[in-house]
Amino acid sequence: MRITAEKIEPDALRDELCDDRAGAYAAFEGWIRNHNDGEDVVRLEYEVYGPLALKEGEKVMDEARRKFPIYHAECVHREGLLEIGECAVWVGVSSAHRDEAFEACRYIIDQVKVRLPIWKKEHYVDGNSGWVNCERCAVHGHEHPEAASS
Amino acid sequence: MNKRLTIRYFAGFREHAGTGEETIELNVDSAADLFEQLKHRHGSSEPLGHCKVAINDEMADWDAVLADGDVVLLFPPVAGG
Repeated sequence: MRITAEKIEPDALRDELCDDRAGAYAAFEGWIRNHNDGEDVVRLEYEVYGPLALKEGEKVMDEARRKFPIYHAECVHREGLLEIGECAVWVGVSSAHRDEAFEACRYIIDQVKVRLPIWKKEHYVDGNSGWVNCERCAVHGHEHPEAASS
Repeated sequence: MNKRLTIRYFAGFREHAGTGEETIELNVDSAADLFEQLKHRHGSSEPLGHCKVAINDEMADWDAVLADGDVVLLFPPVAGG
């Protein structure tokens, strides 16, 4: 798990997962889009509490490695101000076969979104801004998984 | 009995409190109790289950009992990715 204020370079990250045993590689990129909930978004600001984001992120990666027979997994999340089109989060997994690569990749991004202490503030065309609530909270009214018990 | 606690606020909580950190003395038992007593500071009306708490840089349960000198981190609903 890494947190960075620098631009994410997926090709370089992909190369780190190469392994002669691997026949599959799956990756996910989360991009900054120009709209959310009917509002025109001009940029996004990520606030990350680094010490715990890294600790919790490593737990997620360890869980993925235990749950799925994969060779390598990595996740990088941006912090700071991001423009439309930039990559905010990257997840990559290599494994012998595609099923576990897809599943582990999905598991990691889903957990990262609901467990890591990361917040985003949207800046709108009209000059206003607002913190974004967890999208799953808004849709399902779900309870977040407790980090201590997972 | 009052406990001396350092409270750290993040994101929207920090903006509402007008500070990222403060030291307070309060008669509190659990982290949930603290969250309730500090409602006027963090300003949240979110269900407790949507927010998170960490004590001394470890993620904690809301029913964790606070000790004198603890550093309590209050996290609004997270939204990574």
